[in-house]
Amino acid sequence: MSDATGPDTFDGPTPDNALRQAKKTSGPMLAADGTPLKKSLSRALRRQKMRALMLIAPLLLFVLVTFIAPIADMLFRSVENQIVSETLPLTTEELGNWDGQGMPPEAAFEAAYYDIFLAAERKQHTRLGTRLNYELTGASSLFRKSGRGLDDIGEVYQDQFEDLDENWDEALPWLELMGDPDWLAEQQEWAADEDGRQPRFELRDGIEEILPTTAREFAAFARFQQVEDQKNLLEEEPWSAVHTALYTDLAAGDMSSYSGPRADMLQAADALVASPEFETVSFLDGFEEIDEDWMEPPIWQTIKLYSPNYTSGYFLNSVDMQLTPEGAEARPDNERIYMLLFKRTLFMSMVITFSCILLGYPVAYILSNLPMRSANLLMILVLLPFWTSLLVRTSAWKVMLQQQGVINDVLVWIGLVADDSRLTMINNQFGTIVAMTHILLPFMILPMYSVMSTIPPSYVRAAKSLGATNWTTFWRVYFPQSIPGIGAGSILVFILSIGYYITPEIVGGTTGTFISNRIAYHISSSLNWGLAAALGTILLAVVLILYWAYDRIVGIDNVKLG
Amino acid sequence: MPDTGTSDAFVAFERVQKSYDGETLVVKDLNLNMPKGEFLTMLGPSGSGKTTCLMMLAGFETATHGEIKLDGVSINNIPPHKRGIGMVFQNYALFPHMTVAENLSFPLEVRKIGKSEREKKVMRALDMVEMGAFGGRRPAQLSGGQQQRIALARALVFEPELVLMDEPLGALDKQLREKMQFEITDLAHRLGITVVYVTHDQTEALTMSDRVAVFDDGRIQQLAPPDELYEAPQNSFVAQFIGENNTLEGVVKEISGSRCTVQLDGGEVIDAMPVNVSKVGERTRVSIRPERVEVNPDLGEGAHTLKAKVKEFIYMGDIFRTRLSVAGNEDFIIKTRNRPDQVRLSPGDEVTIGWLPEDCRALDAQ
Repeated sequence: MSDATGPDTFDGPTPDNALRQAKKTSGPMLAADGTPLKKSLSRALRRQKMRALMLIAPLLLFVLVTFIAPIADMLFRSVENQIVSETLPLTTEELGNWDGQGMPPEAAFEAAYYDIFLAAERKQHTRLGTRLNYELTGASSLFRKSGRGLDDIGEVYQDQFEDLDENWDEALPWLELMGDPDWLAEQQEWAADEDGRQPRFELRDGIEEILPTTAREFAAFARFQQVEDQKNLLEEEPWSAVHTALYTDLAAGDMSSYSGPRADMLQAADALVASPEFETVSFLDGFEEIDEDWMEPPIWQTIKLYSPNYTSGYFLNSVDMQLTPEGAEARPDNERIYMLLFKRTLFMSMVITFSCILLGYPVAYILSNLPMRSANLLMILVLLPFWTSLLVRTSAWKVMLQQQGVINDVLVWIGLVADDSRLTMINNQFGTIVAMTHILLPFMILPMYSVMSTIPPSYVRAAKSLGATNWTTFWRVYFPQSIPGIGAGSILVFILSIGYYITPEIVGGTTGTFISNRIAYHISSSLNWGLAAALGTILLAVVLILYWAYDRIVGIDNVKLG
Repeated sequence: MPDTGTSDAFVAFERVQKSYDGETLVVKDLNLNMPKGEFLTMLGPSGSGKTTCLMMLAGFETATHGEIKLDGVSINNIPPHKRGIGMVFQNYALFPHMTVAENLSFPLEVRKIGKSEREKKVMRALDMVEMGAFGGRRPAQLSGGQQQRIALARALVFEPELVLMDEPLGALDKQLREKMQFEITDLAHRLGITVVYVTHDQTEALTMSDRVAVFDDGRIQQLAPPDELYEAPQNSFVAQFIGENNTLEGVVKEISGSRCTVQLDGGEVIDAMPVNVSKVGERTRVSIRPERVEVNPDLGEGAHTLKAKVKEFIYMGDIFRTRLSVAGNEDFIIKTRNRPDQVRLSPGDEVTIGWLPEDCRALDAQ
């Protein structure tokens, strides 16, 4: 109708029109010097971008180092599982050939003997035991026991060799037999004043062909003494595992053709092993001696299941499932807890968010409709809880809500509740909801207030002048415009409460605790960081999914923080 | 001033006072009667109480004292939503979460009017403001002028007999404003509704209204049709506020019927029409409209003329605007029409100016 309100119809040579013209003609716009306009524009902007980057660089670096990297590392722990294959390398290899049915072959016991022996020397067998104990109860004590018991196997051989020749229990003869002569000379030179770095042990050429197992075990022994214990190798008599390995080699091979150092000693030992009086003990019997549990398949199956470097075990655990040789399956009912905790966390966070909306909306409404002076005063009251320690506020609720607490006392005093049936309001869900609603209320009120204070009073007046009652005015006109504030507050409160820890820990008891309390327990008490990481990852994923759903349903542009 | 008795007044303010803080009165003893179908404008500087009056009429403010009557019935205790008064707000106040049609439908819905009837009325109202094609749009998708039309349509859709408008054109540009001024008055007369219009723009007030109430300091300074307001201001405030005006200060020397002589502070003597002066020796401020001043006049023997010196000459197309120094007033403006025979003065020229005594009104000295 009117020219002024119609669409723009400019035909003159304005910059806009030039751009429109350029769109019509094919090819890119060119700058004055003939380079494509896009290119020269991006060159002009590069300096600006660089400067912007420089300005945010310190914060970016700080966030990367203190936030992103630790979180990424923590999340990575939820699938990381190198401990089994690192502590039991030989066993892992042997069990790879085992089908998982029945008992593993004797070779697996032999590998386990050497692995656990070394781990026990390095005091790592208990760590592994703890790790496997997450999957199989009893693994921890089994490994602790085995660390001590394995010596019994080796001492059978050690004693017999020692009885034959004292030299079998001396450091130097062993080194002459196993070590490279050049290295031995260097070692002796170093030992004179023990100055500088100890020369690294080297196996003598050819010894690996003659005594393969002994060479492997002796090398492991030497590396451990030199690198990890910083001991002078010339003064350390070998472990009994080396004697066991020597027996294995001697039993398997013939030493009569050997002519290297200490040939007489080795050949005498060979003869001893060959003689019928030589006492032997099988690895299987040795393990059985330590603990009957080694004779049952579960421990071997567990080791095999968790031997890969990465595992889904922690995640399965987090959703009340477990890894079995037949694949993932649900845990028995009495071992399920995490799904319950996740559901409870979500449910209670929703209840808390909802009660925050109910309590916060009227306050925000009053705040936004009061004159500036009184609004500021009231705002201070809203913010007052922020200035008190979270711990103090939560503990105050404990005082208020407990059975001998203020509220119960008052109820009993006015006769609403009998003295012998005081209400239980703390250490349960009710207590957590009350305390957390109180603590998170400001996070709901602030965004609501900032949105409501942008709603012009003329909308309400207009609605009334059009004949709407107070309620219709509120419901049809005011409330729809305040929804962005409710949305922002809800997201804030919900996300904060879903990961809340301190308050449920203090007032939650057993029925009011959140998943975060379980995560904290695994971080600081059970030290099962992998499981804690998996639980945390799932929590993060749930929050992101909810956020995404919110965006799809309500639209994230509908969220205003002011 | 047309006399409208309280009995047949459609809208009546009776001794209405309003105070917000209990210390100062924003509206002081307001009396106003409006007949049905009148277009009345409340005009005044900001803080003069005009918007407060409008809000009291709409029901958003309560009168501290006095009575407001609508069609003979006191509405002091009737809440706004039951008054049935249409209102157009300065920022339009279109509900942003509703479409145009929903906005218009809202007052009908709360009146529980059936769906088909509603749609008919909404369509009619949209057509009335020539916005029939915009029913499905959101207010944010409309230009200022379009929003203005919709706000108008919404205030009219439930067929109120009284419509209040609170500076509805304030946010529009000049051209659009002039167009809308015409459309609003046209619509008001066509529908026969009574309109109370608040503005601080005197041109708007003069062009649109049947009567204008000039507010200042919580009182109506003058209530009159536009021509009377312009040509016969009752006091210095109205003379100053409405249109351009030249003032000269002096003392009344002589009064005889509809003539008086005023001796200006510079000693010159002029003839004037006594309006607000009653006795000889009173200080007065005489007011002359710029277009009523004649240069080198031929007013006959005995008429008083003044010497003037040209300070500035501005060519404005249809008129010439000349600033003179007259009797100590350095800002004495005269306007002359651009005619072929019109003399174009230049700065430094010395001329004689004069006017008819009835165009020169001796008002209060304030």
